[in-house]
Amino acid sequence: MAEVTMLEAIRQALFEEMDRDPTVVMLGEDIGVYGGAFKATEGLFAKFGPERVIDTPVSETAIVGAACGMSYLGLRPIAEMQFIDFIACCFNQVTNFAAKSHYLWGAPVPMVIRGPSGAGVHGGPFHSANPEMYFLHTPGLKVVYPSTAYDAKGLLKSAVRDNNPVLFFEHKFLYRRIKEEIPDGDFTVPIGQAVVRRRGTDLTIVSYAAMAHTSLEAAEELAKEGIDAEVIDLRSLLPLDRETILASVKHTNRLLIVHEDTRTGGIAGEIAATVCESAFADLDAPVFRVTGLDTPVPYSPPLEQRFLPNAEKVAAAARELAKY
Amino acid sequence: MSHPVQPSPTRSLAHSLTNDQHLDLYYYMQLNRQLEERMVRLFRQNKIVGGLYSSLGQEAVSVGTAYALEPRDWLAPMIRNIGALLVKGFKPRDIFTQHMGKYTSPTQGKDGTSHFGDLKQRHVVSPTSMLGDLIPVMAGVAMGGRYLGQKIVAMTWIGDGGSSTGAFHEGLNLAASQKAPLVVVVENNQWAYSTPVARQVPIRDLANRAQAYGIRGLTADGNDVLAVYSAAKEAVDECRSGRGPVLLEVKTMRMRGHAQHDPAEYVPPAMLDYWKARDPIALFENYLTENNIGETGRKAEIDARIEQELDSDQDFAEQSPLPPPELAEQGVYCEGCHTIEAEWRRPLAEVMPPASSVEAVWTVSDFGAFRPPAALPRPAISVASHLKPATHAAKHIAKPAAKPPEKTHGKPPVALAPEPDLASAPALRVPFGRGPKDRAFRQEQQNAKDARRKDKRGKRR
Repeated sequence: MAEVTMLEAIRQALFEEMDRDPTVVMLGEDIGVYGGAFKATEGLFAKFGPERVIDTPVSETAIVGAACGMSYLGLRPIAEMQFIDFIACCFNQVTNFAAKSHYLWGAPVPMVIRGPSGAGVHGGPFHSANPEMYFLHTPGLKVVYPSTAYDAKGLLKSAVRDNNPVLFFEHKFLYRRIKEEIPDGDFTVPIGQAVVRRRGTDLTIVSYAAMAHTSLEAAEELAKEGIDAEVIDLRSLLPLDRETILASVKHTNRLLIVHEDTRTGGIAGEIAATVCESAFADLDAPVFRVTGLDTPVPYSPPLEQRFLPNAEKVAAAARELAKY
Repeated sequence: MSHPVQPSPTRSLAHSLTNDQHLDLYYYMQLNRQLEERMVRLFRQNKIVGGLYSSLGQEAVSVGTAYALEPRDWLAPMIRNIGALLVKGFKPRDIFTQHMGKYTSPTQGKDGTSHFGDLKQRHVVSPTSMLGDLIPVMAGVAMGGRYLGQKIVAMTWIGDGGSSTGAFHEGLNLAASQKAPLVVVVENNQWAYSTPVARQVPIRDLANRAQAYGIRGLTADGNDVLAVYSAAKEAVDECRSGRGPVLLEVKTMRMRGHAQHDPAEYVPPAMLDYWKARDPIALFENYLTENNIGETGRKAEIDARIEQELDSDQDFAEQSPLPPPELAEQGVYCEGCHTIEAEWRRPLAEVMPPASSVEAVWTVSDFGAFRPPAALPRPAISVASHLKPATHAAKHIAKPAAKPPEKTHGKPPVALAPEPDLASAPALRVPFGRGPKDRAFRQEQQNAKDARRKDKRGKRR
């Protein structure tokens, strides 16, 4: 057992998967000699060489396209987006090429696209995105968004070993801010399974990534006021673990969904629809949500703080919900 | 490093083809054409459920290029490359059933047209309708094949229209920077839907784009199957020997509309007449007759075989069932239905250091400094020719780094009168590392100003 940051856990997963399986290769901008913009690939080039850790031109479409091509030969490429915002540049390769390949002509694309995402570090409107919902709407992709070092390592390993294109979002606010003891050696976390982070009876808060921590923080505040919140960390967004959400709502009867992504078309809508379809009779209150604003992520700290949900906003919504 | 575009040595390599191989080319071209003619009839009978895109007049491109590949090589066709699919071993029934949306089609009805592939046997990657996408994908195939030690070449096609996409440039640049064994065939059929090539790009030869990537560019007559084959073979051989990628432009003509719905009235009739007289199959038939290939009934046998094959495959397609509706819900994800296996052709130890190098070496001569483009062919109208003669100040700026222009041997070329030598056009040059924020730079400008002022004063007196 060693205490590691989420960033180190990711680096370990990459290192161990490449060490375990020579079909695992990496492509990305500045991932080789430099070790990546966030140093997530540090040391990989020295260990595995330029044929396996490929520094590419600034061409996201070419990176993802080439990763598709390599996966057709039985390789398991990991493509890095320097910031996940730049995945917009290769949207077509991801959604039309990689995602549809298996359905249309039976050609699996065992590829991982990973990159730092999320706001809270003053990255500004082009380095803070949470673009998960563009891809949740794309059958054929899997979308993973961990919140802990343990999950990051275990889920990244599962993503590498998965036969489908997996988008692996790494919340950059969490990269170096959380530390955790994780077991030595190989372990995986299955894709598509949510986890209950805090047991509670009064209401359910569903969240993921950095907002899972915010939700837990709010839950502790609420506990002092006698409101006992259950907190679910989704970990995987596609496939979505609907069972865990429904089971929780059936015993708390109240649902609050928290995400950093913008409000309209965010995953809260999908979760609310699921609960209304399958557990309407169990609800004692309307479904609440706390989300990012329907704006780009602004740069200046007071603006960014206004954009982001925080523990106070979550607690305030939970108090309202508990009143019903 | 740049390579000027070279017209391919027409037919030079084609002499190495046997008579049987010549007849192979004929077979595939004629099969391609007859198959498509039948599909036009099926379309008119409402038996093709979607669109139908014709490659009439472009058969030599698909067949001639794909014929230069070996069975282990990979290709990814575009919409008008049915001929390449036939060369790679797909059967007419695959094309018929695809277009008719039948359960027996390679995609079981999930996609139509030439959108299908085969990873394991024929090494064909399915296209999408987004033009240019295949180029980075096939660059990845080429890189992956090299990594596994398979010594394969990857080939894909792009139209004159698709060559304007970002994916085309990103893919070609990645392939070039990786020296990936990739042949990109630019099938210049003069029209991107209704837009003529001259209105899409300001250059005559699309293969000229190769220069920008420091790779070889070839052009070939796309209606001469032997010329296409020769050029493609050269490109494939270059790639196989590690000198890829290669950009091969073949000039041809789309003889029908973009698809069946398009009467293509925008095409000048004279243009159609010109190309009709250069029909690739008619040209090749003449060649065969002149060279006594396929006489004694062998060509007639092939024609009969094609008819028979198409009869039986069309019948198969028409008799085939449509897919069960519930198939629509299946196969989005691979859930253990496929095993991912790489075919290693090199020792695993070789891909890891110390056997594989970890040296980060970039060989950039002059550390990337500006070099006068003296060796490049000068454009007819140069940017410099519009500039006024260099001012005093500009001369001063240029002085420290200015080298005398390289001397050319023999007689200096007769240059157009107003065109100054690019190499000595100082106004364009900013010495490396210097600019308006540089103190010495500003000082020099000031000195020049002062000198001019002094000059004027002197004159007044």
